[in-house]
Amino acid sequence: MSDQSAEPMAPASASAGIALEVRGVTKRFGALVVLRGIDMTLRQGEVLGLVGDNGAGKSTLVKILSGFHSQDGGEVIVGGKRVDFHSVGDARAHGVETVYQDLALIPQLPVYLNLFLGHELTKLGPLRYLDKRGMRKLAREYLDDIRVHVPSVEAEAEQLSGGQRQAVAVARAVRAATKILLLDEPLAAMGARESRLIIDLVKDLAASGRVSIIVIDHNYAHLFELCDRINVMQGGRITIDQPVHETSLETLTELMVSSYRRQLDEVSNPGA
Amino acid sequence: MRLFLYQRELTPILITIGLFAYFTIRAGSTFTDSLSLSSAAGYAGPIGAIAVGEVLLLMLAEIDLSAGQVFLFAPWVEYWLHNLGVPLVLAILIALAVCCGVGAVNGLITVLLNVPSFVTTLAMNFILFGLVLIYSNQTQATPIPLSSSFGGPVSFSSQVMGVWMWSEIVWVAAITIVVTVLLTRTRFGVRIIATGGNLLGAAEAGVPVRRVKVWGFVICSFFSGLVGIVDAVKYGSLDPGNFGVDYILYAVGACVIGGTALTGGRGTVIGAFIGAILIGILEDGLTLIGVSTNDFYVWVGVVIIFAMALNAQFDRLIARSRAT
Repeated sequence: MSDQSAEPMAPASASAGIALEVRGVTKRFGALVVLRGIDMTLRQGEVLGLVGDNGAGKSTLVKILSGFHSQDGGEVIVGGKRVDFHSVGDARAHGVETVYQDLALIPQLPVYLNLFLGHELTKLGPLRYLDKRGMRKLAREYLDDIRVHVPSVEAEAEQLSGGQRQAVAVARAVRAATKILLLDEPLAAMGARESRLIIDLVKDLAASGRVSIIVIDHNYAHLFELCDRINVMQGGRITIDQPVHETSLETLTELMVSSYRRQLDEVSNPGA
Repeated sequence: MRLFLYQRELTPILITIGLFAYFTIRAGSTFTDSLSLSSAAGYAGPIGAIAVGEVLLLMLAEIDLSAGQVFLFAPWVEYWLHNLGVPLVLAILIALAVCCGVGAVNGLITVLLNVPSFVTTLAMNFILFGLVLIYSNQTQATPIPLSSSFGGPVSFSSQVMGVWMWSEIVWVAAITIVVTVLLTRTRFGVRIIATGGNLLGAAEAGVPVRRVKVWGFVICSFFSGLVGIVDAVKYGSLDPGNFGVDYILYAVGACVIGGTALTGGRGTVIGAFIGAILIGILEDGLTLIGVSTNDFYVWVGVVIIFAMALNAQFDRLIARSRAT
């Protein structure tokens, strides 16, 4: 259990393992350069917040780390080893799970099959006959355990509220993640009570130290509560890297504004 | 009411029972005797065989317009191979493999070249039709002499492969059961629903959506070709002028009557089978009570719209029951 009155967790020391390292990653879509050389470090057991304007490249970066896109240049290092993800399955095999902002649930499938999508329990070998009973039971226990309430694990996802759907999507990734969890706006379109649920879910997972987490969100209050460290993305680069306990919303805003000024100067006097 | 909401097959079952009762009252034993019923099954067989595979594609938010032509193409391939001296069983197996190949080409062009499956399979339909016309020299042929036309005793295997008057519909029923199990009890079924219900979400969750789609096309072609071979033996003649699109339109009609949505993610194979039976009974019954074929088309249209409208109303009811 996380203790909310406690100080934010101190960043893991440099000697502690590094879960994920991104070095000079670039990505362009046709003429549009989205990532201009991303350097980022995620320490073991850390929660890293990623903020930035729309179009700053956050979602593209997450989609590269989750194997959905591949980068044009640079390296991604997971657990000390350089990796090249060619598919979502590749990334998963390396213990990287993702929750996307475009809601990955399948409306026509029941909750328990959504929870196990991509990790179905099957029997009878190559027939891949579904172990529905086993999955229903595990899904019920698991959702009870993390206090996610749905009408029934057999209800179709379509029948859930937006918040319940998001909770199931996050629960699926939390369950499956073994090393790294990527959350792309996990609190979008959620009510206060449901946001609370997801925040607790992520904090519990972080407190277990088992998994390192990257969270994208626009809400600074949520990020300051959830994260150990915040990275700001501007124009396809990481411009600010601050531990949460050494900064405040005001400091961060000042840093962002001055960084914007610097970028504007560069644009207006390219030779300088 | 709840039963109605969750069992989409109930609508076509009730319509079918209603039609059956109506024709029994109007035509009496001429309708209920086995000759009449087997002719209804004869209409329903080809439609059902194609509809069962088509459900998979409609659930994937794709369509296969060539399945009817594959149904007609398979016995020709078997016939040509046999004429070249290939043993019968081997000829059948190769013909089925060719059908799978056709499905694979349909699927690969659709997913790799991003051609809408409507267009890919429309083109495939013309190609197969043309191939039959070219290599048959536009003359009719007799399907491989499995049939009893030579007066000898009819072997069990030829009974199974189409000679027995109920064999085709039994094949279709068996395929319906196999595909239903595939769809509702296996990981592949979950992947089909996921791919058709939320393509991006399924891909993000690690479902190999392209592979699933290609397999959908392969399965649809395979079952169409299989029953096509049985159907040719049953009728005892191969006509190069038959056009597969006629079958496809009935098959899609059967899927829709059975409660399969064209938007992907939702469908029922049993519903499609019942839809095919419904069309078969309608055609047979109307003929028996002396209504002309022209009226039959009007009736098929009315039933399709009626079934679809009913299903749409059920969807609205479901939505409303959730809102409260």
